[in-house]
Amino acid sequence: MTIIHHADDSTLMSYSAGTLGEALSAVVASHLAVCPHCRTELAAMDRLGGLMLASLPGSAIKLAPPRAAAPACEHKPPAASAAVDGGPVPAPLTRLIGNDLNAVPWKRLSVGVWHSRLPLSEGAKGDLRLIKIAAGQMMPDHGHGGSELTLVLEGSYTDGLGRFGAGDIADLDQDVDHQPVADQDTGCICLIASEEKARFKSIMARIAQPFIGL
Amino acid sequence: MADLLQQVAEHRDVDAFAQLFQAYAPRVKSYMMRQGADPNTAEELAQETLLTVWRKAALYSGDKGSATTWIFTIARNLRIDRLRREFPWQELPEGHDETASSDILPDEAVSEAERRKRVQDALASLPGDQHEVVSLSYVEGMSHSEIAERLGLPLGTVKSRMRLAYQKIREAVEDLK
Repeated sequence: MTIIHHADDSTLMSYSAGTLGEALSAVVASHLAVCPHCRTELAAMDRLGGLMLASLPGSAIKLAPPRAAAPACEHKPPAASAAVDGGPVPAPLTRLIGNDLNAVPWKRLSVGVWHSRLPLSEGAKGDLRLIKIAAGQMMPDHGHGGSELTLVLEGSYTDGLGRFGAGDIADLDQDVDHQPVADQDTGCICLIASEEKARFKSIMARIAQPFIGL
Repeated sequence: MADLLQQVAEHRDVDAFAQLFQAYAPRVKSYMMRQGADPNTAEELAQETLLTVWRKAALYSGDKGSATTWIFTIARNLRIDRLRREFPWQELPEGHDETASSDILPDEAVSEAERRKRVQDALASLPGDQHEVVSLSYVEGMSHSEIAERLGLPLGTVKSRMRLAYQKIREAVEDLK
Protein backbone atom coordinates (compact mmCIF):
# COMPACT_ATOMS: atom_id res chain seq x y z
CA MET A 1 0.00 0.00 0.00
CA THR A 2 1.61 3.25 -1.11
CA ILE A 3 0.16 6.14 0.81
CA ILE A 4 0.49 9.59 -0.74
CA HIS A 5 -2.07 11.65 1.17
CA HIS A 6 -1.56 11.95 4.92
CA ALA A 7 -3.45 13.50 7.80
CA ASP A 8 -2.67 17.16 8.49
CA ASP A 9 -0.31 17.75 11.44
CA SER A 10 -2.96 19.82 13.19
CA THR A 11 -5.47 16.94 12.87
CA LEU A 12 -2.96 14.46 14.31
CA MET A 13 -2.20 16.85 17.16
CA SER A 14 -5.87 17.14 18.01
CA TYR A 15 -6.10 13.33 17.96
CA SER A 16 -3.02 13.07 20.18
CA ALA A 17 -4.42 15.62 22.65
CA GLY A 18 -7.68 13.66 22.73
CA THR A 19 -9.79 16.58 21.57
CA LEU A 20 -10.76 15.33 18.11
CA GLY A 21 -14.35 14.09 18.03
CA GLU A 22 -15.15 10.40 17.96
CA ALA A 23 -16.19 10.22 14.30
CA LEU A 24 -13.09 12.01 12.99
CA SER A 25 -10.92 10.00 15.39
CA ALA A 26 -12.23 6.76 13.92
CA VAL A 27 -10.93 7.79 10.49
CA VAL A 28 -7.56 8.92 11.87
CA ALA A 29 -7.17 5.64 13.81
CA SER A 30 -7.93 3.66 10.65
CA HIS A 31 -5.38 5.67 8.65
CA LEU A 32 -2.73 5.29 11.36
CA ALA A 33 -3.21 1.52 11.32
CA VAL A 34 -1.91 1.43 7.74
CA CYS A 35 0.45 4.45 7.73
CA PRO A 36 3.86 4.12 9.46
CA HIS A 37 4.69 7.73 8.52
CA CYS A 38 1.78 9.18 10.50
CA ARG A 39 2.43 6.76 13.38
CA THR A 40 5.92 8.22 13.73
CA GLU A 41 4.50 11.75 13.80
CA LEU A 42 1.89 10.73 16.35
CA ALA A 43 4.55 9.19 18.62
CA ALA A 44 6.35 12.56 18.73
CA MET A 45 3.07 14.33 19.49
CA ASP A 46 2.24 11.91 22.30
CA ARG A 47 5.69 12.61 23.71
CA LEU A 48 4.77 16.28 23.70
CA GLY A 49 1.60 15.37 25.62
CA GLY A 50 3.66 13.45 28.16
CA LEU A 51 5.84 16.48 28.78
CA MET A 52 2.80 18.74 29.15
CA LEU A 53 1.44 16.30 31.75
CA ALA A 54 4.78 16.09 33.56
CA SER A 55 5.06 19.87 33.73
CA LEU A 56 1.74 20.29 35.57
CA PRO A 57 1.91 21.11 39.27
CA GLY A 58 0.48 18.17 41.22
CA SER A 59 -2.78 18.19 43.20
CA ALA A 60 -2.82 16.48 46.60
CA ILE A 61 -4.05 12.90 46.51
CA LYS A 62 -6.36 12.12 49.43
CA LEU A 63 -6.91 8.40 49.13
CA ALA A 64 -4.26 5.77 49.59
CA PRO A 65 -2.80 4.39 46.39
CA PRO A 66 -4.57 1.33 45.04
CA ARG A 67 -3.06 -1.85 46.42
CA ALA A 68 -0.85 -3.24 43.76
CA ALA A 69 -1.50 -6.94 43.98
CA ALA A 70 1.17 -8.94 42.24
CA PRO A 71 -1.02 -11.42 40.35
CA ALA A 72 -3.02 -8.69 38.59
CA CYS A 73 -0.88 -8.78 35.51
CA GLU A 74 -2.07 -8.62 31.93
CA HIS A 75 0.10 -10.31 29.39
CA LYS A 76 0.73 -9.17 25.89
CA PRO A 77 -2.28 -9.89 23.71
CA PRO A 78 -1.67 -12.11 20.70
CA ALA A 79 -0.65 -10.21 17.59
CA ALA A 80 -3.48 -9.25 15.24
CA SER A 81 -4.15 -12.01 12.76
CA ALA A 82 -2.65 -11.79 9.29
CA ALA A 83 -6.12 -11.87 7.77
CA VAL A 84 -6.99 -8.60 9.50
CA ASP A 85 -3.71 -6.95 8.54
CA GLY A 86 -4.00 -7.93 4.90
CA GLY A 87 -7.65 -7.12 4.28
CA PRO A 88 -9.19 -3.83 3.14
CA VAL A 89 -10.61 -3.13 6.59
CA PRO A 90 -8.05 -1.42 8.88
CA ALA A 91 -7.70 -3.29 12.19
CA PRO A 92 -9.36 -0.64 14.41
CA LEU A 93 -12.46 -0.60 12.21
CA THR A 94 -13.07 -4.36 12.47
CA ARG A 95 -14.60 -3.61 15.88
CA LEU A 96 -17.52 -2.01 14.04
CA ILE A 97 -17.77 -3.77 10.70
CA GLY A 98 -15.83 -7.03 10.90
CA ASN A 99 -13.42 -7.80 8.11
CA ASP A 100 -15.65 -8.12 5.07
CA LEU A 101 -16.80 -5.00 3.20
CA ASN A 102 -19.33 -7.08 1.29
CA ALA A 103 -21.05 -8.08 4.52
CA VAL A 104 -21.74 -4.44 5.44
CA PRO A 105 -25.49 -3.63 5.40
CA TRP A 106 -25.31 -1.27 2.43
CA LYS A 107 -28.26 0.99 1.74
CA ARG A 108 -28.74 2.31 -1.74
CA LEU A 109 -28.66 6.08 -1.78
CA SER A 110 -28.90 6.72 -5.50
CA VAL A 111 -27.72 5.17 -8.75
CA GLY A 112 -24.24 3.78 -8.12
CA VAL A 113 -23.99 5.18 -4.58
CA TRP A 114 -24.52 3.20 -1.36
CA HIS A 115 -23.89 4.08 2.26
CA SER A 116 -23.88 2.50 5.67
CA ARG A 117 -23.98 4.53 8.84
CA LEU A 118 -21.71 3.42 11.70
CA PRO A 119 -22.68 3.77 15.35
CA LEU A 120 -21.06 6.36 17.63
CA SER A 121 -21.24 6.64 21.40
CA GLU A 122 -24.39 8.21 22.74
CA GLY A 123 -23.93 11.95 22.84
CA ALA A 124 -20.97 11.94 20.45
CA LYS A 125 -21.27 14.63 17.83
CA GLY A 126 -20.51 14.07 14.20
CA ASP A 127 -21.25 11.47 11.61
CA LEU A 128 -19.39 8.34 10.57
CA ARG A 129 -20.30 6.23 7.58
CA LEU A 130 -19.07 4.06 4.78
CA ILE A 131 -19.73 5.16 1.22
CA LYS A 132 -19.51 2.93 -1.81
CA ILE A 133 -19.36 4.54 -5.25
CA ALA A 134 -19.58 2.53 -8.45
CA ALA A 135 -16.84 2.88 -11.08
CA GLY A 136 -16.99 6.25 -12.84
CA GLN A 137 -19.73 7.64 -10.59
CA MET A 138 -19.40 11.18 -9.31
CA MET A 139 -20.25 12.70 -5.98
CA PRO A 140 -21.89 16.09 -6.56
CA ASP A 141 -19.76 19.13 -5.79
CA HIS A 142 -20.01 19.96 -2.12
CA GLY A 143 -18.45 22.22 0.45
CA HIS A 144 -17.99 21.38 4.11
CA GLY A 145 -19.66 22.83 7.17
CA GLY A 146 -16.82 21.75 9.43
CA SER A 147 -13.93 19.33 9.14
CA GLU A 148 -14.40 16.24 7.06
CA LEU A 149 -12.05 13.25 6.79
CA THR A 150 -12.24 10.63 4.05
CA LEU A 151 -10.18 7.44 4.07
CA VAL A 152 -10.11 5.20 1.01
CA LEU A 153 -10.52 1.55 2.04
CA GLU A 154 -10.76 -0.05 -1.38
CA GLY A 155 -10.46 1.16 -4.97
CA SER A 156 -9.70 4.79 -5.67
CA TYR A 157 -11.15 8.16 -6.60
CA THR A 158 -9.85 11.31 -8.20
CA ASP A 159 -10.75 14.92 -7.52
CA GLY A 160 -9.14 18.35 -7.85
CA LEU A 161 -6.65 17.42 -5.14
CA GLY A 162 -5.37 14.32 -6.92
CA ARG A 163 -5.90 10.60 -6.95
CA PHE A 164 -6.72 8.89 -3.67
CA GLY A 165 -6.05 5.15 -3.34
CA ALA A 166 -6.35 2.67 -0.49
CA GLY A 167 -4.91 4.11 2.73
CA ASP A 168 -4.95 7.72 1.51
CA ILE A 169 -6.75 10.21 3.70
CA ALA A 170 -8.36 13.43 2.48
CA ASP A 171 -8.12 15.95 5.31
CA LEU A 172 -10.27 18.86 4.22
CA ASP A 173 -10.99 22.23 5.72
CA GLN A 174 -14.48 23.57 5.68
CA ASP A 175 -13.87 25.91 2.76
CA VAL A 176 -12.58 23.29 0.33
CA ASP A 177 -14.81 22.30 -2.54
CA HIS A 178 -14.12 18.98 -4.11
CA GLN A 179 -15.81 16.69 -6.56
CA PRO A 180 -14.64 13.09 -6.20
CA VAL A 181 -15.12 10.68 -9.08
CA ALA A 182 -14.63 6.97 -8.43
CA ASP A 183 -12.00 5.58 -10.78
CA GLN A 184 -13.19 3.62 -13.80
CA ASP A 185 -11.66 0.24 -13.18
CA THR A 186 -12.44 -0.15 -9.50
CA GLY A 187 -15.08 2.04 -7.99
CA CYS A 188 -14.39 3.11 -4.46
CA ILE A 189 -15.25 2.36 -0.85
CA CYS A 190 -14.49 5.11 1.67
CA LEU A 191 -14.86 5.77 5.35
CA ILE A 192 -16.13 9.32 5.82
CA ALA A 193 -16.47 11.33 9.00
CA SER A 194 -17.68 14.85 9.49
CA GLU A 195 -17.76 16.76 12.73
CA GLU A 196 -21.24 18.10 12.21
CA LYS A 197 -24.13 15.78 11.78
CA ALA A 198 -26.67 18.13 10.22
CA ARG A 199 -24.29 19.37 7.60
CA PHE A 200 -23.37 15.88 6.54
CA LYS A 201 -27.01 14.96 6.16
CA SER A 202 -27.46 17.87 3.81
CA ILE A 203 -24.50 16.63 1.79
CA MET A 204 -26.13 13.23 1.60
CA ALA A 205 -29.34 14.85 0.45
CA ARG A 206 -27.46 16.70 -2.26
CA ILE A 207 -25.79 13.52 -3.42
CA ALA A 208 -29.17 11.85 -3.66
CA GLN A 209 -30.96 14.87 -5.10
CA PRO A 210 -30.25 14.48 -8.81
CA PHE A 211 -31.36 10.90 -8.72
CA ILE A 212 -34.30 10.61 -6.38
CA GLY A 213 -35.59 14.17 -6.44
CA LEU A 214 -35.30 15.06 -2.74
CA MET B 1 10.95 7.21 35.77
CA ALA B 2 11.30 4.82 32.85
CA ASP B 3 13.43 2.65 35.14
CA LEU B 4 10.68 2.53 37.74
CA LEU B 5 8.18 1.47 35.11
CA GLN B 6 10.62 -1.13 33.85
CA GLN B 7 10.86 -2.47 37.40
CA VAL B 8 7.11 -2.69 37.61
CA ALA B 9 6.90 -4.33 34.20
CA GLU B 10 9.59 -6.93 34.71
CA HIS B 11 9.52 -7.66 38.41
CA ARG B 12 6.07 -6.54 39.54
CA ASP B 13 7.97 -4.36 41.99
CA VAL B 14 5.43 -2.95 44.47
CA ASP B 15 7.85 -0.34 45.86
CA ALA B 16 8.66 0.95 42.39
CA PHE B 17 4.94 1.23 41.74
CA ALA B 18 4.46 3.24 44.94
CA GLN B 19 7.13 5.68 43.75
CA LEU B 20 5.53 5.95 40.31
CA PHE B 21 2.21 6.62 42.01
CA GLN B 22 3.66 9.41 44.12
CA ALA B 23 5.27 11.03 41.11
CA TYR B 24 2.38 10.79 38.68
CA ALA B 25 -0.97 10.48 40.45
CA PRO B 26 -0.95 14.15 41.63
CA ARG B 27 -0.15 15.34 38.11
CA VAL B 28 -2.79 13.15 36.52
CA LYS B 29 -5.28 14.51 39.06
CA SER B 30 -4.37 18.08 38.02
CA TYR B 31 -4.69 17.08 34.38
CA MET B 32 -8.18 15.67 34.94
CA MET B 33 -9.24 18.81 36.82
CA ARG B 34 -7.95 21.05 34.04
CA GLN B 35 -10.00 18.91 31.66
CA GLY B 36 -13.14 19.74 33.62
CA ALA B 37 -13.41 16.96 36.24
CA ASP B 38 -14.41 17.87 39.81
CA PRO B 39 -11.72 17.07 42.43
CA ASN B 40 -13.27 13.76 43.51
CA THR B 41 -13.72 12.48 39.98
CA ALA B 42 -10.23 13.71 39.08
CA GLU B 43 -8.79 11.76 41.99
CA GLU B 44 -10.68 8.60 41.03
CA LEU B 45 -9.44 8.91 37.45
CA ALA B 46 -5.87 9.47 38.66
CA GLN B 47 -6.12 6.31 40.79
CA GLU B 48 -7.53 4.40 37.86
CA THR B 49 -4.83 5.67 35.51
CA LEU B 50 -2.07 4.44 37.80
CA LEU B 51 -3.86 1.16 38.40
CA THR B 52 -3.96 0.68 34.63
CA VAL B 53 -0.22 1.40 34.57
CA TRP B 54 0.20 -1.47 37.05
CA ARG B 55 -2.08 -3.85 35.22
CA LYS B 56 -0.66 -3.15 31.77
CA ALA B 57 2.96 -2.67 32.73
CA ALA B 58 3.85 -5.88 30.92
CA LEU B 59 2.87 -4.16 27.67
CA TYR B 60 5.27 -1.29 28.27
CA SER B 61 8.59 -1.42 26.56
CA GLY B 62 11.18 1.22 27.42
CA ASP B 63 12.48 1.53 23.87
CA LYS B 64 9.11 2.67 22.52
CA GLY B 65 8.96 5.92 24.43
CA SER B 66 9.19 7.40 27.84
CA ALA B 67 7.17 6.35 30.87
CA THR B 68 5.70 9.85 30.90
CA THR B 69 4.41 9.47 27.35
CA TRP B 70 2.90 6.11 28.16
CA ILE B 71 1.12 7.40 31.27
CA PHE B 72 -0.13 10.41 29.32
CA THR B 73 -1.75 8.17 26.70
CA ILE B 74 -3.46 6.09 29.41
CA ALA B 75 -4.77 9.23 31.14
CA ARG B 76 -5.91 10.74 27.83
CA ASN B 77 -7.84 7.64 26.84
CA LEU B 78 -9.48 7.42 30.24
CA ARG B 79 -10.51 11.06 29.93
CA ILE B 80 -12.10 10.47 26.52
CA ASP B 81 -13.94 7.44 27.88
CA ARG B 82 -15.10 8.87 31.22
CA LEU B 83 -15.26 12.65 30.88
CA ARG B 84 -16.35 12.88 27.26
CA ARG B 85 -18.12 9.54 27.24
CA GLU B 86 -16.80 8.77 23.79
CA PHE B 87 -14.95 5.75 22.50
CA PRO B 88 -11.17 6.28 22.62
CA TRP B 89 -9.85 5.23 19.22
CA GLN B 90 -6.33 6.13 20.28
CA GLU B 91 -4.14 3.12 20.85
CA LEU B 92 -1.63 2.99 23.63
CA PRO B 93 1.85 3.16 22.07
CA GLU B 94 2.60 -0.54 22.53
CA GLY B 95 0.22 -1.38 19.71
CA HIS B 96 2.56 -1.32 16.75
CA ASP B 97 5.73 -3.31 16.95
CA GLU B 98 6.84 -2.23 13.51
CA THR B 99 6.88 1.52 14.17
CA ALA B 100 9.95 3.54 13.32
CA SER B 101 11.35 3.48 16.83
CA SER B 102 11.94 -0.26 16.65
CA ASP B 103 13.59 0.11 13.24
CA ILE B 104 16.44 2.11 14.73
CA LEU B 105 19.69 0.20 14.73
CA PRO B 106 21.32 -0.09 18.16
CA ASP B 107 24.25 2.15 17.26
CA GLU B 108 21.87 4.84 16.04
CA ALA B 109 19.67 4.68 19.07
CA VAL B 110 19.81 7.72 21.27
CA SER B 111 18.97 7.59 24.88
CA GLU B 112 15.39 8.27 25.78
CA ALA B 113 16.65 10.91 28.19
CA GLU B 114 18.37 12.83 25.39
CA ARG B 115 15.27 12.72 23.21
CA ARG B 116 13.13 13.87 26.05
CA LYS B 117 15.44 16.73 26.89
CA ARG B 118 15.46 17.97 23.29
CA VAL B 119 11.67 18.02 23.15
CA GLN B 120 11.54 19.73 26.52
CA ASP B 121 13.94 22.43 25.36
CA ALA B 122 12.02 22.92 22.13
CA LEU B 123 8.77 23.18 24.07
CA ALA B 124 10.29 25.74 26.43
CA SER B 125 11.54 27.87 23.55
CA LEU B 126 8.23 28.01 21.65
CA PRO B 127 6.88 31.52 21.07
CA GLY B 128 4.14 32.38 23.55
CA ASP B 129 1.30 32.25 21.04
CA GLN B 130 2.29 28.74 19.93
CA HIS B 131 2.81 27.44 23.44
CA GLU B 132 -0.60 28.83 24.38
CA VAL B 133 -2.54 26.86 21.75
CA VAL B 134 -0.62 23.65 22.50
CA SER B 135 -1.38 24.04 26.19
CA LEU B 136 -5.07 24.83 25.65
CA SER B 137 -5.34 21.70 23.53
CA TYR B 138 -3.27 19.20 25.54
CA VAL B 139 -3.91 20.45 29.06
CA GLU B 140 -7.30 22.16 28.95
CA GLY B 141 -8.71 19.65 26.49
CA MET B 142 -10.16 22.27 24.15
CA SER B 143 -10.84 21.50 20.49
CA HIS B 144 -9.22 23.71 17.88
CA SER B 145 -12.58 25.40 17.23
CA GLU B 146 -13.01 26.10 20.93
CA ILE B 147 -9.50 27.55 21.11
CA ALA B 148 -10.28 29.78 18.12
CA GLU B 149 -13.40 31.00 19.88
CA ARG B 150 -11.62 31.57 23.20
CA LEU B 151 -8.79 33.55 21.62
CA GLY B 152 -10.94 35.33 19.05
CA LEU B 153 -8.87 33.93 16.18
CA PRO B 154 -9.79 32.31 12.87
CA LEU B 155 -9.67 28.50 13.09
CA GLY B 156 -6.97 28.49 10.39
CA THR B 157 -4.68 30.59 12.59
CA VAL B 158 -5.04 28.17 15.50
CA LYS B 159 -4.21 25.26 13.20
CA SER B 160 -1.16 26.96 11.73
CA ARG B 161 0.15 27.79 15.21
CA MET B 162 -0.26 24.11 16.11
CA ARG B 163 1.63 23.06 12.98
CA LEU B 164 4.43 25.58 13.60
CA ALA B 165 4.79 24.42 17.20
CA TYR B 166 5.02 20.81 16.07
CA GLN B 167 7.56 21.63 13.35
CA LYS B 168 9.89 22.97 16.02
CA ILE B 169 9.44 19.90 18.20
CA ARG B 170 10.08 17.66 15.22
CA GLU B 171 13.18 19.55 14.16
CA ALA B 172 14.55 19.21 17.66
CA VAL B 173 14.56 15.40 17.47
CA GLU B 174 14.96 14.94 13.72
CA ASP B 175 18.75 14.57 13.67
CA LEU B 176 18.44 11.98 16.43
CA LYS B 177 16.67 9.53 14.16
